[in-house]
Amino acid sequence: MKSHAGQAPRRSPLVALFLRDMSIARRIGGGTSLGIVFFLILVTLSAFAIGPDLLLLGKIAPAILWISSLLAALLGLDRLFQADHEDGSLDILLTSRTPLELIVLVKCLAHWLMTGLPLAAAAPFFGVMLNLPAGQIRNLVLSLLAGSPALTLIGAIGAALTVTLRRGGLLLAVLILPLCVPALIFGVAAAEAGESSPVPFATPFTILCALTLMAAAGAPFAAAAALRQTSS
Amino acid sequence: MIEETRGNACPGFPFMQLSVSGLSVQRSGRAVISGLSFALSAGESLTVAGPNGAGKSTLLRALAGLLPPAGGEIRITPEAEYTLGELSHYIGHADGLKTHLTVIENLTFLAAILDAGHGGISAGAALARVGLSHAARLPVSYLSAGQKRRAALARLLIAKRPVWLLDEPSTALDSASKAMLGRIMAAHLAEGGIIIAATHAELDLAGQTLRLGEAA
Repeated sequence: MKSHAGQAPRRSPLVALFLRDMSIARRIGGGTSLGIVFFLILVTLSAFAIGPDLLLLGKIAPAILWISSLLAALLGLDRLFQADHEDGSLDILLTSRTPLELIVLVKCLAHWLMTGLPLAAAAPFFGVMLNLPAGQIRNLVLSLLAGSPALTLIGAIGAALTVTLRRGGLLLAVLILPLCVPALIFGVAAAEAGESSPVPFATPFTILCALTLMAAAGAPFAAAAALRQTSS
Repeated sequence: MIEETRGNACPGFPFMQLSVSGLSVQRSGRAVISGLSFALSAGESLTVAGPNGAGKSTLLRALAGLLPPAGGEIRITPEAEYTLGELSHYIGHADGLKTHLTVIENLTFLAAILDAGHGGISAGAALARVGLSHAARLPVSYLSAGQKRRAALARLLIAKRPVWLLDEPSTALDSASKAMLGRIMAAHLAEGGIIIAATHAELDLAGQTLRLGEAA
């Protein structure tokens, strides 16, 4: 056997997993841009459906943007664990000595950086399309930044439950969307807060942050338990 | 770090014994394995044979901790810090490689996630052992089935784990690669490792043989 001394320092398992997921997402490509294009289409369709009433559009823009980004965030979520299940990587992750809960958390982080973060970054442009008042754009972006990690984390539970199903995407949406209602309510409330609204921004926003923290604390355990069950 | 200082002369793994008694495993409520018992000590191998559907893969997945046993006991002596799954390399039907990454990227990731650094060899050296050095920078999707299998087998070498659970390890391998597999398995046994391999093909394993599904 060769000496071990000349090797590059080994990365920690979780850093290696994060870098692997990021580089796979970059190589496959399309995940980020597809999400943004889907977001754009949903926003445009809503605008066409509602008609050229700019006042009405501006009033309901936060709701349209939040629902659209929620649906766009679901794209690709079904592949979060399924790709690893199909090529046998999940077996390796399960027999690694790293807690599966942390593995789930790291995979969610990588997924959110490739999907949720770009959606939040694109939201101001789509807000302008919907005549969202300028003062609310900052609120919208902050609410999406704080709330979309919760959507990814809750989605991870559904992704873990549907990991063995070939067409699990639809079931995933059915399972996950009801659980996203609290984040949606407080997300839209935070985005709507402004001069015209009686509710100060901080109230729904802090609840939204709390929802994300709760999801970060609970969802990895639920998803890991589901993965242990379903992978067998 | 202790293992690193050891040479080839002394065995690489501390003595360990694996005993399975009365193991039963169910799949979708149907008993695939029932009342199976065997024991293996350091340096011993077990070839699991039997017709298709006899439960060979089920047995290996249960040993790796990927399937919960319905009954019976899997015991490691002396008591270990890790579960059997965490002490094992499990190589199943799927190669566990990401097709979009290059071979060397895959192995570097596997070295990190499998917590190598306990005497395993570097990814480059492991590729040389399985004869894939020339393909290190190719995406895995460009490789043939046999080359993918060899890249999957390379993970046996980059992270040292005492127990190897191999499900049809020689699938798609040519005769030279089969000989290579035989050599790395022999080296593992000589170091005091344990190998449990499910196979139809003849592997050069001298140890015990377990026949599943013969009674039916």
